[in-house]
Amino acid sequence: MALSIATRQLDGVTILDLSGRITLGEGSVQLRDAVRDLISKGVKHILLGLGDVNYIDSSGLGELVSAFTTAKNQGADVKLLNLTKKVKDVLQVTKLYTVFDIFDDEASAIASFK
Amino acid sequence: MAVVAWRADRAETDPLTEPQKGRLSFKLASTMDSVAEVEAAAEKFTQAAGLDEDESFRVVMAVREAAVNAVLHGNGYDPNKQVSASFENTGKSLVITIADQGEGLDPATLPDPLAPENLLRGTGRGIFLIRSFLDEVHFRQLHPGTELTLIKHLQPVASEGAEQTQ
Repeated sequence: MALSIATRQLDGVTILDLSGRITLGEGSVQLRDAVRDLISKGVKHILLGLGDVNYIDSSGLGELVSAFTTAKNQGADVKLLNLTKKVKDVLQVTKLYTVFDIFDDEASAIASFK
Repeated sequence: MAVVAWRADRAETDPLTEPQKGRLSFKLASTMDSVAEVEAAAEKFTQAAGLDEDESFRVVMAVREAAVNAVLHGNGYDPNKQVSASFENTGKSLVITIADQGEGLDPATLPDPLAPENLLRGTGRGIFLIRSFLDEVHFRQLHPGTELTLIKHLQPVASEGAEQTQ
């Protein structure tokens, strides 16, 4: 299943609810385009909802990292919400779990941007 | 259909569903469709071998990463080059090989993706994930090409003296 992205706003935070796979050829480019589009519009607070992402590969990890660094370079923040077990597993193995701000509930994630 | 040839040694039945009766091997075009086919075969293979969901995920992911490397970095999507894949359940281990016809890969030259200076790099985690998720990974230079052998043990490797019970 390819990646689908739904965008919503809550208390000054733009939430991208992702669903599907973030892999080479199936979701990496969509994620990159979505995040870069927000940053180019001056959006500073971006939360990626990963509760329905059941698979991420090394390319997808690269896109998450790129989103994080691109945002930082523009004075914006990208944070992660609701990791599935598989995505958490991969982030832990690659030590990227220590790089991102990761939340299990949306309210705490939204509050963290203030 | 990306499969250009396949062969199942000694196979009287589908070796992916009855994996101990044969070794499935096939050759594929250098496309992302081939990666999807290898991934699907790996999923069927690990499930037939009785791996639980977490173990299966890790093996399938490693196989997919190896296939992506072969298609993308090894063969560079060259339509004149193929990717070879094989799956075998020896009863003790799952042995999977993925080979390309590219210029070769020296794993010693790969940077450590966990090093602080590499942690925020956008690439370079594929081989690391393969090594992390499998029990053994071997590289063989084919001149031209690289073959990765990925091994997942089905039984614990007995340490010396482990069977000496009182």
